[in-house]
Order: sequence, then structure tokens, then C-alpha cells
Amino acid sequence: MNSFIPHPADIVEKRKEARYIFTFRLRFRDERLRQTFRFEPGQFNMVYIFGVGEVPISIVSDPTDPELLDHTIRVVGRTTAALEKLKEGDTVGLRGPYGSRWPLEDFKGKDVIIVTGGLGCAPAVSVINYIVKRRDDYGALKILHGIKTPKDLLYRDRFRAWRRIPNTEVSLTVDHPDRQWKYNVGVVTNLFNQVRIDYQNSVVMMCGPETMMKYAVRGLLSQGMSEGRIYLSLERNMKCAIGFCGHCQFGPSFICKEGPVFRYDRIKPWLEIREV
Amino acid sequence: MESKHIIDRNSLELLFEVLKHRGFSLVGPTVRDGAIIYDELTSTADLPVGWTDEQEGGTYRLKRRTDGALFGYVVGPHSWKKFLHPPIRRLLKAKREGSSFQIVTEDEEAPRFAFIGVRSCELHAIAIQDKVFIDGKYVDASYKLRRENAFIIAINCGQAGGTCFCVSMNTGPKATFGFDLALTEALENNRHYFVVEVGTEFGAEILREVPHEQANAEDAATAERIVAKTAGEMGRTLDTTSIKDLLYQNYEHPRWDNVAARCLTCGNCTMVCPTCFCTTVEDVTDLTGEHAERWQKWDSCFTMDFSYIHGGSVRSSAKSRYRQWMTHKLATWIDQFGTSGCVGCGRCITWCPVAIDITEEVRAIRGEVRE
Repeated sequence: MNSFIPHPADIVEKRKEARYIFTFRLRFRDERLRQTFRFEPGQFNMVYIFGVGEVPISIVSDPTDPELLDHTIRVVGRTTAALEKLKEGDTVGLRGPYGSRWPLEDFKGKDVIIVTGGLGCAPAVSVINYIVKRRDDYGALKILHGIKTPKDLLYRDRFRAWRRIPNTEVSLTVDHPDRQWKYNVGVVTNLFNQVRIDYQNSVVMMCGPETMMKYAVRGLLSQGMSEGRIYLSLERNMKCAIGFCGHCQFGPSFICKEGPVFRYDRIKPWLEIREV
Repeated sequence: MESKHIIDRNSLELLFEVLKHRGFSLVGPTVRDGAIIYDELTSTADLPVGWTDEQEGGTYRLKRRTDGALFGYVVGPHSWKKFLHPPIRRLLKAKREGSSFQIVTEDEEAPRFAFIGVRSCELHAIAIQDKVFIDGKYVDASYKLRRENAFIIAINCGQAGGTCFCVSMNTGPKATFGFDLALTEALENNRHYFVVEVGTEFGAEILREVPHEQANAEDAATAERIVAKTAGEMGRTLDTTSIKDLLYQNYEHPRWDNVAARCLTCGNCTMVCPTCFCTTVEDVTDLTGEHAERWQKWDSCFTMDFSYIHGGSVRSSAKSRYRQWMTHKLATWIDQFGTSGCVGCGRCITWCPVAIDITEEVRAIRGEVRE
């Protein structure tokens, strides 16, 4: 079995999420693969487009339905731009799943705090979807999202929908508000003072720009959150997803194998080094 | 397998014939463009007969020897990774079918190489790449096949180069594992012969087809003396004491700025390194757009593209890129694969256009170099 070979998967559904962001619902062409493919929240697939390239994309749908795999993609380069042009019924290549998972099963009964920043942030969507589907298994769900300006708020509809989930709080903040902005102003760490968080009984899952995450971690720790209950999803250039190409190294870790989800205390020193 | 054997210069030719007859492609050292490189061999005449190399930081020169030694040089710019982990290879072929496509599967016929003249440091380098491509969670099937097919004739080094430091890295100069046959070349008392050590059953089987005799104690002692002399001639040394901790604690050492001011970020060190394994991929289509291919190519952590993610390169400064390479080689590699990524072959020193010396950089970080 050649680990570099993608398997054809059909685009069953294409949903536009925001400008330059869309979700593909994918289904493997091969029946045996459809039946055997399993994944965990937080893991990703390599998505191949014929003749153009291959990109790592996290799976945002629920692991109990591994036959239909949702991938939310943001247009950031040549390959993602080509993917955006595909339509329902077209075919991409898929191989995976790769990487570590959000350890959601280990934190049943706990409050889950999601801290995200910047654009997109699909890995966090997989957590939210997972909890929404098993709402009674978890305590409070608090989604804290920070962006630069109101126009960077990409999932307006989704945030609105998440607010309606029982025992769920959504807090938004921008660095630079406009006149219509009715939520918080300031960096995402400011939200820790406004949102009531039971630090003893919570687990934090984070994704976004590394600088944002670094400050967010500092803020959480100063409030009494323990290092071992903060998880971060990191991102690096990735060509192979199987530890051979070397591109995704982050200190001693390969993001494709030991990541993308890391427990904070396990990578703490590396986050402090610039250009590591 | 403990006993040693002797074959003479002419029997080496027969050994080549036996291997060819068994279907192996012989690859080994040969002189080309002013350097000793590794390429296909047809007979022992293709070997660098009577040549040696002189190496220093940023310097490599071929010189005539006064004898007809076949392996009287150190190592050149090539390493065996070019055969086991080729610089460019096709990963997949696909064919368009309407709005869909199909992967064209082909059974790879892996070449069967006989490597002639593998140095101890290079055996260690191969073992290190085995850990990367075979021993982990995922297996590079193509590498594994090439590796399993390879017949390895090691050569114990009869001399050390100006940039060699295998003794420091505990990787040579005597071949101790990973070979089918290991030779020590001796040119003494008007005799030109090889002391042969057998490493595998298959090696023994091949040797049986070649005229050889049992080595006497004196011959065995000669072989030991040759490598012992080499071990005492290392051009460089590198103190590996707590080297992982040293580098982990010195990510912000001012020496990185110093080396970055000299480094051209050309990537030569990564190309000549026998353990550097990084690759990139390129997708291509033919003119009709009906056929697509995906190719893997050696890549270097010295390029800006290497760490590019949307928005920019993670390692945009030369300092961070040199630091990544050296820290990976000597420190993070240990956490990743349980071994150093450096075998002390000295290629990165010799082939650096500005003679940056990894052993010197480590000394500087240890505070042992005055600037």
C-alpha cells in the first residue's frame, strides 16, 4: 500500500460559508474505504486536486458518520483557489486521516472553552460540532472568538446558530470596531475577565494565530487554568502528512504526526522561540 | 562469520562479475568532473584507481596517489541516499475522466543495487534514514524495497580527510554493522589485497563464488592497524557531550547571528548530507491536461518556501534557517529518531562555499571560540 496515493472522493455537497470559505462534503468512491475509514475530531486529510496540488484540511464533520466527510477550506493559495472552482459531482483525492485528536472523550462532564482567533479556524469547528451532537455529555460550552475588524467575522450565521445551543455562550471581540459593532472590543484575552469560567472544571481548546494563542494561554494561566488542560492546534507547511517531507517540524515535533493538536505543557518552550 | 578472509586485487574484479551475474546493478565511486562521485560501475577499472582527495572547509581537490589504491580517498559530494532516496521520483500518475480522475497504478520495479565501497559513516547514515523511512508509524514502500534489495560492500577507511570527524560521532572509521561484506584495502610488501569480513549469510554465499583464502593473524592485524591509524588522523573533532541540551538551551545564542552573516542559505550542506531527508512535491500535467503526475524532489530547509504558510515563511531569517538545520541535525533529531542526525562525514564542511564548519559552530556555542 503506497501511503502517497490519494483515493478518489466525490463532492457530494458544496456549501459556501463566507467569502473565500467553503465546505466540501466528500464521499470516497471506493466502497470498502467508505466502510473502513475512521477518524477522530481534530484529525485532517490531505485533499488532492487533479494536476494542481494537495493540501492538509481538517475534518469538521462528526466521527460517527465517517462515510460523509466535511472539509471546510479557506482560499489562501493556488491549490485552495483551484479547489474552490470545483462543483458538486466533481472529484478530489483524499488520503488520511492524519494527526492527533482533540481529546474530547477524556473530558466528558467538563466545561469546554473554545478560544479562536483570526480567520477560519476549522479545527475548532470540529470540536463545537462534536459537543453539539453530544450536548448532555459536557458542561458549559463557551466560545471566545477574537478578530481584527468586524469584517473578519466570517461565520456570522454559524456564531448565531451556536448561540442558540443550550448551555452555550458565544463571545466575540474585535481589535478595531466599526459603528455597527455591538460586541466586545480588545484582544481575546480581555474576554477572560468578562466570561465566567470555572477554571477548575474546564478544558480549553484553541486555534488561531500563534501569537494570539500565546497571549491567550498566558491570560488563562494567570486566571488559574492548569497547563495540562489547554490544547492548541498548530499549523505548518506540510507536503506529505506522514513524517517524511520534514516541512512541518516544530522543534522536535512533526505537526503531522504528534500534532496538529498538542497539549500546551508539552510544547510550551517551543512556542516561546521565534521562527522555530 | 568471525573469521576473516583475503581476496586479491583480481578477485575483486571477479566479485563484481558475480554480483552482476546475480542481477545487481553495481554502483560505486568513480572520477567525474574533478570529484569522486557514486555512479554505475562496469568493472574495477571505473574505480578511482590511484586517486585521492584533499578536503578542507570549502575545499575539495583530487590528487594522484603514488600507488594504485582503489579506495584511497575519503568521501565525495555524493552519498548512497541518491540511490535509496532518489533526488527526484514520481509519486503518482493520474488520468482525467470527465469531471473525475483515476489514479494510474504501476508496480514499481525496484532496482537491485550492489553498493561498492560504503564507508562506516555512510552505513550509519543509511541506518539513520532507515529510521526515518521504515521504522516509524508510516513506511516509504519504495525506499524499503530499494533498501531490502541492496547488497552492501563496505570499505574500512585507510585514511581520514581534513573534514572527517566520525570518531567524535562514534560512527567510524571501521564498519561494524549493516554490510554484507566489509573490505580493508592493503597495499604492502608489493601485495595489493583486501581483508574481507563477512556480515551476512548472503555475503558469505557471494564470497564463496570468488577465489579467497583464510586470513592469517598477521593479515587481520594489518587490517586493524589500518583503521586504527585512520582513527588517529581525524581532521576535525566535535564534542557531543549533552549536545541536545546545549542546543535546546541556546536557541537565542548570539552565534546564530554570526553564522547567519556568513551563510549564503544555498542549501549545499543539505544536498551533500547523507542523512538529510526533506522533500517537496511538484504537480505537473501534460499539454492536454488529461494526464497529471506528482513528483517528489529533495528539498532544503534553507529555502524560504520550505516553511511557507499562507501569510509568509515561518523561518524568514537566515539565522533561523541555519539554526533549524544544525539544531535538527544534532539535537531535535535525537528526540525524533533516537539518534543524532550527524555521522561526522564532513561533507557539509567541505562543500560549504563559505567554509562554515559545524564543529566550529558547536565550539562557538559552547563558548570555546574567541570571536
